[in-house]
Amino acid sequence: MNWLGWLNTFFTDPARHSGPDAITHRIAEHLAFCGEALLWSVLLAVPLGLLIGYTGRGAVAVTALTGVARALPTLGLVTLTVLLAGVGGTAVLVPLVALAAPPLLVATVEGIRGTDPEVRDAARGIGLTHRQVLFGVCLPAALPTLVAGLRTATVQVIATATVAAYVGLGGLGRYVMDGLATKDFPATAGGALLVVLLAVAAQLLFAALLRYGLPPGLRAQRRAARRG
Amino acid sequence: MDGEPLVRWKWLGDHLGYLWSLTLDHAGLALLPVLIALLVALPLGLLCARLPRLYQPLAAVFNVVYALPSLAVFVVLIPYTGLATKATVMVPLTCYALAVLLPTTVEGLRSVPESVRQAATAMGYGPWRRLAAVELPAAVPYLISGLRVAAVSSISLAAVGALVGQGGLGYLFIDGFQRTFTTVILAGIVLVALLALATDLLLVLARRLLAPWAVREKGAAR
Amino acid sequence: MTSRALRTATALSAAALLLGAAACSSSGGSSDPLGAKSPTASSSGGSGKTVVVGSANFPENVLLASIYSQALKAKGVKVEEKFNIGSREVLYGQLESGALGVLPEYNGALLSYLDPKTTATGTQAVDAALLQKLPASLTVLDPSAAEDKDSLTVSQATADAKHLKSIADLAAAGQLTVGGPPEFKSRKEQQFKDVYGLTFKEWKPTGDTTANAIKDGTVDVGNVFTTDPKIVQLKLVTLADPKNLFSSQNVIPLVNKSAVDATTTATLNAVSGKLDTAGLTALMKRVAVDKDDPSAVAKDWLKANGLG
Repeated sequence: MNWLGWLNTFFTDPARHSGPDAITHRIAEHLAFCGEALLWSVLLAVPLGLLIGYTGRGAVAVTALTGVARALPTLGLVTLTVLLAGVGGTAVLVPLVALAAPPLLVATVEGIRGTDPEVRDAARGIGLTHRQVLFGVCLPAALPTLVAGLRTATVQVIATATVAAYVGLGGLGRYVMDGLATKDFPATAGGALLVVLLAVAAQLLFAALLRYGLPPGLRAQRRAARRG
Repeated sequence: MDGEPLVRWKWLGDHLGYLWSLTLDHAGLALLPVLIALLVALPLGLLCARLPRLYQPLAAVFNVVYALPSLAVFVVLIPYTGLATKATVMVPLTCYALAVLLPTTVEGLRSVPESVRQAATAMGYGPWRRLAAVELPAAVPYLISGLRVAAVSSISLAAVGALVGQGGLGYLFIDGFQRTFTTVILAGIVLVALLALATDLLLVLARRLLAPWAVREKGAAR
Repeated sequence: MTSRALRTATALSAAALLLGAAACSSSGGSSDPLGAKSPTASSSGGSGKTVVVGSANFPENVLLASIYSQALKAKGVKVEEKFNIGSREVLYGQLESGALGVLPEYNGALLSYLDPKTTATGTQAVDAALLQKLPASLTVLDPSAAEDKDSLTVSQATADAKHLKSIADLAAAGQLTVGGPPEFKSRKEQQFKDVYGLTFKEWKPTGDTTANAIKDGTVDVGNVFTTDPKIVQLKLVTLADPKNLFSSQNVIPLVNKSAVDATTTATLNAVSGKLDTAGLTALMKRVAVDKDDPSAVAKDWLKANGLG
């Protein structure tokens, strides 16, 4: 149970420094899965969320759908997709999008619905069209919630992409699965650590985004909310 | 897929008992940890609600815990808890559930406005009675909200345990994959989803029974 | 206050009952995922000791373990089944520690695991070497005639294009990617180099998707077990192994000596006496192609051979 020893073995192993099993390569693979999945999730969830949040219709369906999607087991989706579509990027894309899109959808809907109705009325009052209200008023106001939802989705995707290794794909899950099969605890420990580091890095990135990347008006709002 | 039909209905009909026993197995594997996590989260949450200095680092730790890939944690636990044992899967699931429940417990306990707490004290409630009569009931909607998330993700995560020999319904995914048997995988997905939905509905029902004011107040399902 | 207390109590007790029921059913012994009839897998009668039969995480091994387990139960031995656990690297330690009692093994592969430098070929030589290499607590019983070997298999197209008939042809066939279970590389890489002068460009851990990966071209060559019906189904070509790198691979029970008694040994030997490659291949076809339950297939085989 020698953790430091395991991690040392893992990181100093020359096979980890170059070639197909190199750490940088696996991280790149892992990020590629996650990035692609998140991109599709955003493309699917955000427009839909904007529509549902703004019109207020379909909110119940959204909650129900999200609940079901959150319950779908990733391992099951991955194996099913591989059997139906063969091994490849799609195999891991479908389950990860199924995992990330629902929380993103919910976050978008809640963010838009959370806009102060008086502000919306005022905007309509001064003559803005629905589209202008949505994109000029509601969306910016919803950004913090949206970004927070994206953060949750990202962390979950990073952690769950490890399962892709079961069907022979790459990524950091490779270290974990191969380590399990060959009783190579350094590999498992190293793989787990790398995933955690990646997830923590993503969280820090989003935290920085939320603190510094928002429009100035919202930043002031958040600062006030935090203080109070 | 080499002529294998998507669903072999006869197989499903013949194996209902097998599927049922796997479902029960899975329910125990996934939900017992959530229960244990709840029992830990209540006193721990209480402590954290009173002592913010304790809560900050604890929350950060659990944040990290939640980011750990479940498979890696299962594998790493094997030397301690044994191979293909329930403990190997249940211990990490408890930790994941706790990572979800602790923040919601703290939020729930803190949700009581100071004025209400002071009113209770003014009415002569001691701290324990105030806890039982005011703070805990107020925390119930938050707790149930957290329980719903924890339970559903626990049910989903437990399937990964099949890769270390203890996965309840997760075994169906491995078997189906090895034998190119989509029926089995689909059965597993549907059963896991149904189990999660049933648990979710039970918890919503529980909230309605335990905290009917919350439903009336909020209107929209939370 | 009273009515609410009543409601609270009802809700809580209902929830507790439900969870308790689920917990009880799941903690009642280890359940055999393959036992279509009963969730518990222990039988009564016979000597007091319970034999734990384990298996690796692929269908054939589960089938063999089920054959052993049911044969033992038919003779009144108490059996606990722990199937689908993992690869040999994980199982072996469990057997040594006594957590597992019986494992279906393959003599050649087991010997390579214990002694990567072994050159023993032929069932008798391999078994003799095994008995030498195994620690004092473990032993192997009689080997069966049935063999399931690792292999290097290619698609028909690749075999035609590169004129491949045996593994010896691979060295000259250029840079190839090879697929197989994750442990394939660490087990065999050195041996391929030593015996055939063969190195691969890339090792892809295709695991259970290997046969399809070969067909789709994801890998050029892969390790498909020789009794896998997919070889015939996908029209794959298994390369000949003239230097016997994969050695003999007779199915053989690997046991922890303290876990087995005379009855168990005799029963398992009787099973080994009746098992042959053709029979095993036919059984695997039932499991993998017809999707029959391994436990049902095992039961039928035992009945047909007068052992169950």
